[in-house]
Amino acid sequence: MTTEHAEELQALVREARAQVERADSLSALDQIRVGYLGKKGRLTEQLKSLGGLPPEERPRAGQAINQAKQELQHLIEDRRQTLDRERLNTRLAEERIDVTLPGRGQQPGGLHPVSRTLERIEALFASMGFTVATGPEIEDDYHNFEALNIPVHHPARAMHDTFYFDARHLLRTHTSPVQIRVMEKDGAPVRVIAPGRVYRCDSDVTHTPMFHQVEGLLVDEGISFSDLKGALHDFIRQFFEKDLDVRFRPSYFPFTEPSAEVDVQCVQCGGSGCRVCSGTGWLEILGSGMVHPKVFEYCGIDSERYTGYAFGMGVERLAMLRYGVDDLRIFFENDLRFLRQFR
Amino acid sequence: MKISFEWLNELLPVAEAPRELADRLTMAGLEVDALEPAAPGFSGVVVAEITDCAPHPDADKLQVCTVNPGAGEPVQIVCGAPNARPGLKAPLATVGGVLPGDVRIKKAKLRGVASSGMLCSARELGLSEDAAGLMELPADAPVGIDLRAYMGLDDTVIAVDLTPNRSDCLGMVGIAREVSALTGTRYSFQPPAPVPSVHDDTLPIRLEAPDDCPRYVGRIIRGVNTRAKTPLWMEERLRRAGVRSLGPVVDVTNYVMLELGQPMHAFDLDRIQGGIRVRMGSKGERLELLNGETVTLDGETLVIADERVPVAMAGIMGGEQSSVTETTTDILLESAFFSPLAIAGKARRYGLHTDSSHRFERGVDPQMQTLAAERATALILEIAGGRPGPLIEAVESARMPAARQITLRADRIRRLLGTDIDAGEVHGILQRLGLTVSGDGNPWTVTVPPYRFDIALEVDLIEELARVHGYDRIPVTHPASPVTVQPQSEERVLLSRIRQAMVDRGYQEAVTYSFVEPRLQELLDPDYEPVPLANPLSADLAVMRTSLWPGLIKAVQHNRNRQAQRIRLFECGLRFRGKLSGLAQTGTLGAVITGTALPEQWGVDNRPADFFDLKGDLEAVFALGGHPEGYAFVAAEHPALHPGQSARVELEGRPVGWIGGLHPGLYEALELEAPVLLFEVDLDAVQSARVPGFRRLSRYPSIRRDLAVVVDNGISQQEVRQCVHAAAGELLTDLVLFDVYRGKGVEASARSLGIGLILQDFSRTLTESDIERLMARVVERLQQELGAQLRG
Repeated sequence: MTTEHAEELQALVREARAQVERADSLSALDQIRVGYLGKKGRLTEQLKSLGGLPPEERPRAGQAINQAKQELQHLIEDRRQTLDRERLNTRLAEERIDVTLPGRGQQPGGLHPVSRTLERIEALFASMGFTVATGPEIEDDYHNFEALNIPVHHPARAMHDTFYFDARHLLRTHTSPVQIRVMEKDGAPVRVIAPGRVYRCDSDVTHTPMFHQVEGLLVDEGISFSDLKGALHDFIRQFFEKDLDVRFRPSYFPFTEPSAEVDVQCVQCGGSGCRVCSGTGWLEILGSGMVHPKVFEYCGIDSERYTGYAFGMGVERLAMLRYGVDDLRIFFENDLRFLRQFR
Repeated sequence: MKISFEWLNELLPVAEAPRELADRLTMAGLEVDALEPAAPGFSGVVVAEITDCAPHPDADKLQVCTVNPGAGEPVQIVCGAPNARPGLKAPLATVGGVLPGDVRIKKAKLRGVASSGMLCSARELGLSEDAAGLMELPADAPVGIDLRAYMGLDDTVIAVDLTPNRSDCLGMVGIAREVSALTGTRYSFQPPAPVPSVHDDTLPIRLEAPDDCPRYVGRIIRGVNTRAKTPLWMEERLRRAGVRSLGPVVDVTNYVMLELGQPMHAFDLDRIQGGIRVRMGSKGERLELLNGETVTLDGETLVIADERVPVAMAGIMGGEQSSVTETTTDILLESAFFSPLAIAGKARRYGLHTDSSHRFERGVDPQMQTLAAERATALILEIAGGRPGPLIEAVESARMPAARQITLRADRIRRLLGTDIDAGEVHGILQRLGLTVSGDGNPWTVTVPPYRFDIALEVDLIEELARVHGYDRIPVTHPASPVTVQPQSEERVLLSRIRQAMVDRGYQEAVTYSFVEPRLQELLDPDYEPVPLANPLSADLAVMRTSLWPGLIKAVQHNRNRQAQRIRLFECGLRFRGKLSGLAQTGTLGAVITGTALPEQWGVDNRPADFFDLKGDLEAVFALGGHPEGYAFVAAEHPALHPGQSARVELEGRPVGWIGGLHPGLYEALELEAPVLLFEVDLDAVQSARVPGFRRLSRYPSIRRDLAVVVDNGISQQEVRQCVHAAAGELLTDLVLFDVYRGKGVEASARSLGIGLILQDFSRTLTESDIERLMARVVERLQQELGAQLRG
């Protein structure tokens, strides 16, 4: 290979390198590639012209040309990658969005706080093996009162401001009649809770004519008051997710004996006394007791063989304590600004 | 029941402080509502005597009094009270003293005359509302003594909210018995001594309704001074119990009631003709009561009558005509036992509630009548003088409540409470409560005195043991966990799942009252006659809803009035249809929407929600059951819905609900403007579910062919779909409606439907000719049956 030849080859490569570096698009780069490395490209032509060299020069010349060709291929490939990268970057920049813009579509609504609370109560008792029972809201006197050992003119009736339809039909004043209906139908053993609407003819700041209760009933052989304490103790602590003190206080319900009110350490002040607990440090949240033998008798259950406990709780009261709601009436106004807080 | 701590201490010594005692009572089932001081805080008030009164030189209504304060020199007090007079003993707030409300007493000049202190009315001391004049203290009150000490005002009143079963605690004697049982302090009731009679005057007493009144004790006392002053100690005890002083005779009967729990009454003997008849009132008989009201009796009310007319409503309230007044001299005392059933509910029927009816309807000690009469006689003689006659007792012993014997088993105590109470404690508790115990626990025999109306069964005794022993001492246990598996039907969608589906589709759950305004009910569901409440709380909550729509519409109005534009609400609850006998109380899912289809947002063509948005939500709920093809929407009219935009919803051909736009004619009456859409379906239908059944998958490719057919507007999409299904047969695995077109190129009475058919065979790949034949069959069938034309 002559020096002249070698210089010519170097010049060609220099020229090509300059062109490649200037190429600003893939198509321009491709044109350059064709111009040097294509079938009629300038480097290809050089290879073709090897035949014109004396045989002893051919290997060296060929090697030099191939080297130049490879170098040029590398240059083009590097440039292609650069251009690709630039093109991608441009596209990415163009496609940039404001990810803080809100997502599109329907937004979920929410359950009413009473339902939310009921579902929570149901789930806790389901974990203890209770199933859900329901009953009518327009009840008869028998199931709402008489079979619960509240005969006509019993002073306890005065505690239930009852909505009547006629002498026999009324709006249930508590969920306790579901106890009767379940025992009438299924006998013993029984392990149910009965959530639902109840009605009292009373309306002021702390009373609404309709509210919700959850009744619980467990009847089996060997059920004792200490089991009642166990179930409600656990329920209350799990419901509030706090190790609150719970106390059982003797009370009176015609359909349980012994009867107990259940108080929980005030969730607001922790027991030191505040407005929520009227300074007592305790909140009354449940009524409960051992099923009265007369109630068993009404339902045809042998009270010597079976014992059982029953309890009833106000759902709105639990919801108010759990979520810090300080107004009972707002539960039934269905104001979206209120409802949306429980999403 | 209000308990004066000082009075209680007179009956038995109480070692506990009032607060501790209150906690003991609460934890024993006598819930203490409040602890109140017997008097508000004041200091520097002494018993003083007015020694001289002179007119004020510059004020007509003021007097300048010279007052002996006991210690030191007499003081000059300017006083405006009309009863200020020489010789009167009255409370004096001395200079430096402090009255309730932080009123500090200083030397002052009133209209130019110096005044060194203040003579007080009962109201100024916070002892009553009486501000008519100075509080008049007894003539024997020692001058100079601190008033609080003199009146025992540093006493605490414990207000107990008694449950209706504890009538035995409606007297101080009963409270003392209870406290004895709780604290173990001995207490025994000292019966009052009989008062010897000084004349033989009686009158006949006839028990004409012996079941209702088996015992009536009377006594004539002649020559009573009804103008005598009730002693301060008695007035004070009455006041602390919340009872007003009304003259010596009434005060004594009230005092005995508070002490022994036995309500009493006194008649003016001159107003009683002949004798006493305890009988049922006759229907229509009239009686003027002590409260001034005249009632017409209903024939089921027990009365005390003389030979002619009723003179009192038995156990509830005395009559005005026969009442003791300041001119009365001879009285007839009444101390009776009325059975709880005779009184229960009666007072309420006449809109009455008295201390007497409260006790009788819960049960008064049947052995207390004679003792109470003796006690009252003694007190009347002491305070107002008089000459007592012999006790007159009419009794039907066989009808009197008697002591009961109850068997109590130790193992039953254990089984019911989950703990043992040892035999010694059982004996101790029951005996302190006044019960008699014999036997060894296997079993015991317990005799219950008749005043414990609440103890009739073994469990009642166990409750007594548990509450006195202490609920807090009963352990916390858990029964063995259940070994039974509860059924979980897969053919029911859980209600919580349905609620959640609605929530996920943007609905807020509402809970509305089950009773609604009749007018709203009539507007929205006129086809059903609602059940009215006999005693509604108000006119707008007067009838039971036959549909969830009235409540939901009311909620929409509420929110529209508070600037909410876009509202999506649903509710699950019962609706009530039919007559009371045979009433259907049906679980229902209802929903209402108004406003845009989507919440306001960017980048979305946000149109008002329409029928199909709501329908899509309902279909999504139906899809939960896995058999959406079972539901159909059939064009039909409902009085509350737009006749052209309403459908009856059916499940397997059975009507289960309605969906549609609110009828345009209702917007004005409902004060709504923006379009409102509603649905309501039976929950039972929504909860219906199909257990999935596997179908084999085809191994061959599926092919899609699209059709555009023009059909008359009278032909529903449903009909087109059914026709295509029938024509295509089994090879049609799915059918999609991808376009509904109205406008250019299609006549106004018709529309073009774009339908995609997805075809697949189980045994082979469909050929082009298979498909062409099938599509030709579909088109032909559409033409023949529905007059459809292929759109060119």
